[in-house]
Amino acid sequence: MIYTIAILAILIAMALVLIRLIKGPTLYDRVLAVNSFGTHTVLLIGVVGFWNGRPDFLDIALLYALINFVGTIAILKFFRYRAIGDVMWSPPQQDEER
Amino acid sequence: MSNLDTLLQILSWTLIISGSFFVVVGAIGMLRFPDFWARLHAASVTESGGVILLLAGMCIQAGLTLITVKLMIIGLFLFITGPTSTHAVANAALVSGLRPKSLATHPNSAEIESEKEIDA
Amino acid sequence: MGLRIHMYRLVKCSYKSAGFKRILRALNWETEADAKVAKLRFIAYALFLGALWLLWSGIYKPMIIGFGATSICLVLLITHRMNSVDEDRVPIELNPIKFLGYFFWLLVEIAKSNIAVTKTILSTSMPIRQNLFEVPYTQRTDLGQVIFANSITLTPGTVSVETETGHFLVHAVSYTADDMDALADMDTRISATELAVPS
Repeated sequence: MIYTIAILAILIAMALVLIRLIKGPTLYDRVLAVNSFGTHTVLLIGVVGFWNGRPDFLDIALLYALINFVGTIAILKFFRYRAIGDVMWSPPQQDEER
Repeated sequence: MSNLDTLLQILSWTLIISGSFFVVVGAIGMLRFPDFWARLHAASVTESGGVILLLAGMCIQAGLTLITVKLMIIGLFLFITGPTSTHAVANAALVSGLRPKSLATHPNSAEIESEKEIDA
Repeated sequence: MGLRIHMYRLVKCSYKSAGFKRILRALNWETEADAKVAKLRFIAYALFLGALWLLWSGIYKPMIIGFGATSICLVLLITHRMNSVDEDRVPIELNPIKFLGYFFWLLVEIAKSNIAVTKTILSTSMPIRQNLFEVPYTQRTDLGQVIFANSITLTPGTVSVETETGHFLVHAVSYTADDMDALADMDTRISATELAVPS
């Protein structure tokens, strides 16, 4: 019962964030929305696990949190350096590497 | 014993419902705020208040089991990575030249601002 | 991929003569005490990983525990190899009891600022006063500075945007003159959790 309320609240929030994701005027709005959507997903997986009586879902929630964090950083890094891997031979933007 | 049980039930209900409230408020803020810099703060309402309260409520529901440990590890992880990714987004936006629409004046911030307007 | 990073680290280290000396020292321990500390650290790390596995899996069958032991050995091997390239680690120079006290203070602070931002979001007029301002930090260690910057971001209403030497650039959504004082208070609290400089 209590979990049903929480699930509905998280789903409404996800829908609102999704609207921001589609509308977002700048790239950074969208990245922020994706990150926030990921956090909502972690919470949703956890709560659905409890609602279902199967709290083992928490493993999946933690995995999702990990992927969400790494994904956000990867997106930001890509749009900053235009490369996902090593940026050691990039133009001399950062001089602390040498 | 059952008295304590009901008390814990009520406490966890309160925590979960207020957590859901903060999650929805954060999402409303993301939709309503006028520019990117204000939306950052709306996202962090979900990330701090919503996450902490929901996970705390679920911890009480689970009792003293391995599930509580898992919930606490998830909470700790979100506690560390949430601000980090928010900072990463904000820093990337600042480097790319995005600036808040209107700024309050403050003696400390005046000179940085004029300087930033130039290279923006 | 892993090899490339490995090579890159080696090249990067040998750029500086100090880094080169560190490699030599890592490969061939300088003193007996160094080796003893390294061994102790290795054992503590293995125990920590084992405890984490047992807590996390919750299934205590021989095969699953065998998988756990195998993966712990693999992780130890990899970290040992990485450690011999450059001894890069973050020392935790915090007073645990004071840090726990700070943590609960931070929770209260998060609750207060959550309510403040919620009021801003739900009010019809939206009283937004954005500001970017500099907040000086006084923490000695990197970890203390990270905790300060993360605490600023964790409390809704303020986000640390840029880190420069000596100060952070902070963005506030509903700025008041009290914000500077509140952040200075947080700064002194975090500095108080740090251990004194080892002599």
